Amino acid sequence: MKDSANLSYMIDVRGLNKRFGDKHVVRDLSLQVQRGEILGFLGPNGSGKTTSIRMLCGLLTPDSGSGSCLGYDILKQSDQIKRNVGYMTQKFSYWDDLTIRENLDFVARLYEMPDRKRAVDEALEGLRLTSRAQQLTGTLSGGWKQRLALAACMLHKPRLLLLDEPTAGVDPAARRDFWEELHELAAQGITVLVSTHYMDEAERCHKLAYISYGALLAQGTAAEVIESQGLSTWAIHGDADRLVELSRQLRGQPGVDLTVAFGSALHVSGRDGAALERTLRAVTQGQALRLEAERTGLEHVFIFLMRGSADNFADTLGAGR
Amino acid sequence: MSRNGFSVVRWWSIVLKEFLQLRRDRVTFAMIILIPLLELALFGFAINTDPKHMPTAIIAADQSEFTRSYVAALRNSDYFTIVGELPDEEAGRAALAQGQVQFVVDIPVDFTRRLLRGERPALLVEADASDPTATGLALAAVQQFAQSVADKDLIGPLAALAGGQPAFDVQVHRLYNPEGITQYNVVPGLMGVILTMTMVMMTGLAITREHERGTMENLLATPVRPLEVISGKIIPYIAIGLVQATIILVASRYVFNVPFAGSVAAVYLSALLFIAANLTVGITLSSLAQNQLQGVQLTFFYFLPNILLSGFMFPFQGMPGWARAIGSALPLTYFNRLIRGILLKGNGWADLWPSVWPLILFTVVVMTVAVKCYRRTLD
Ligand SMILES: Nc1ncnc2c1ncn2[C@@H]1O[C@H](COP(=O)(O)OP(=O)(O)O)[C@@H](O)[C@H]1O
Ligand SMILES: [Mg+2]
Repeated sequence: MKDSANLSYMIDVRGLNKRFGDKHVVRDLSLQVQRGEILGFLGPNGSGKTTSIRMLCGLLTPDSGSGSCLGYDILKQSDQIKRNVGYMTQKFSYWDDLTIRENLDFVARLYEMPDRKRAVDEALEGLRLTSRAQQLTGTLSGGWKQRLALAACMLHKPRLLLLDEPTAGVDPAARRDFWEELHELAAQGITVLVSTHYMDEAERCHKLAYISYGALLAQGTAAEVIESQGLSTWAIHGDADRLVELSRQLRGQPGVDLTVAFGSALHVSGRDGAALERTLRAVTQGQALRLEAERTGLEHVFIFLMRGSADNFADTLGAGR
Repeated sequence: MSRNGFSVVRWWSIVLKEFLQLRRDRVTFAMIILIPLLELALFGFAINTDPKHMPTAIIAADQSEFTRSYVAALRNSDYFTIVGELPDEEAGRAALAQGQVQFVVDIPVDFTRRLLRGERPALLVEADASDPTATGLALAAVQQFAQSVADKDLIGPLAALAGGQPAFDVQVHRLYNPEGITQYNVVPGLMGVILTMTMVMMTGLAITREHERGTMENLLATPVRPLEVISGKIIPYIAIGLVQATIILVASRYVFNVPFAGSVAAVYLSALLFIAANLTVGITLSSLAQNQLQGVQLTFFYFLPNILLSGFMFPFQGMPGWARAIGSALPLTYFNRLIRGILLKGNGWADLWPSVWPLILFTVVVMTVAVKCYRRTLD
């Protein structure tokens, strides 16, 4: 029997591992997502986001680990999970040789929806595609396909949405609409896990999980994620050419973990705040450069995580065998 | 409720989807109609036209006016082209075995002497009957020439030899295929071959295609179950198979004049069983194949023994034991027996049953394998 604390988690998995051949794609992944929460799943390409999502909805069997989705065991009850989860694949995977209506109708039948025709009509209206319902799906543009896929995976009113890069290739206006809708759904108690590359989208999530080379490096609210890395950040303003040179010069200096060009300034971050400040003061001393303390943002943290994990991965490769 | 069992609604959704996709797939649609017509034209008419100008070698151990006259008669007919003389029987066999000649006419040493003595000597014609259709009519002609040569050359004092029976005998050895399949045998057999080919080919890619297009990920993420997908996917092809069977039946009746001794219901029931058997094979192969190329290769791999060992190409009883054992596991073997039995012999249910239950058994077993092979995850 489950205790009631666990039941409030719509996703609750622990220690998930997945290997493809000798490639360890997901390492000891643990995720907890509460009802009505939007979890942003972030990480560079190939970091194991899609693989993790597939394990959550029963499309891949984890090599080890356990957990539940919507209270159903991910290893034993994937039928129940599938019935209540809407999964939007990263690559468009509806049938190109069916019309828009036929695709929606097919999905509605697969979920044995009682009032199928109405659900499909409503979805078409919501998409503003009613007039093009008879068009072959293969002829839709990328953005429209994405929207159709989203509508199709929500057709059966799932309690949990797993969205794998749902806004890739979608124009900014449509992305904004999409996020409005996600927040409305979340307010209705629907739980959402959404993977994305966009920083502005990350900021719209309730919680974030950052994964790199299969390992979860940070999890929590945006503030918690920023906090967890303990970075101090400074901005250096000055002549553009001088900043490029400075960026090169700072690399490897005590306290400097990260230099990033940010608009007209150079942002420098490091874990050891005191050492960083000493280095920067020394470098900018008596130069035509202005040094300012900067608030560490998500972007700094993600870039920092991405670099750090690249090194981790090299280490584990060396130590592995 | 269908919470965990088979859901008719979901199953029907698959059926509808397949129909819709099929309707838009013009190439497949054209193939459905064209394959039976093409095969019938190729196989069927090739059987009906009597082949002419077949390479023939002579072993002339005896040379006389009669033998020369006989060889001249062969030469003048359309059926034979004399390609040369061979020294002995052994060389003749080798030429036949290598397919260099279709016939070897062997005139024995003392043929003329025995002919003149009125002993009715025998002229030996060896035929490569591995393709019986190539030899049938020509062999009939060989006998006829014996009569006409005798009538023409045996004149004067020898005329007595010509009276009544032919003065000499022609012995025919059909090599490689003693049973001698008739065209009536082949055209109904074609029905099974065509159905095997199209049914397995069309479903052989049904699941692989979903995997390659990435749509399988979507399908697997829904509650649909393996049996629903598999049986749903084959339903449209059952309809197609029956259409093809009808085309072939009509053609064999009205184009090739194949007799139709048995009942139409029996034909369709057999066809239905056979179609189901092949569709389960196709869908199993498509679950096993990693990509479409592999799917095609597996289909071909299945197709070959069916053509060769089912009694379509070679008489089943004439095959060695191991070949018969393989043949006994193939649905085409039983369908050939059913369809030939119904059309040619007018067999009733009691005669058909021994070939019906193996088809049912085959279908059930392979369907089970198909469901087991269906990958429920992307692993
Ligand atoms: N079916 C598979 N077989 C082998 N390797 C795979 C398979 N699926 C994914 N991978 C590998 O696993 C890694 C993680 O992939 P993925 O989960 O798609 O990452 P992401 O979605 O974060 O871009 C990649 O290196 C990818 O090549
Ligand atoms: Mg991905």
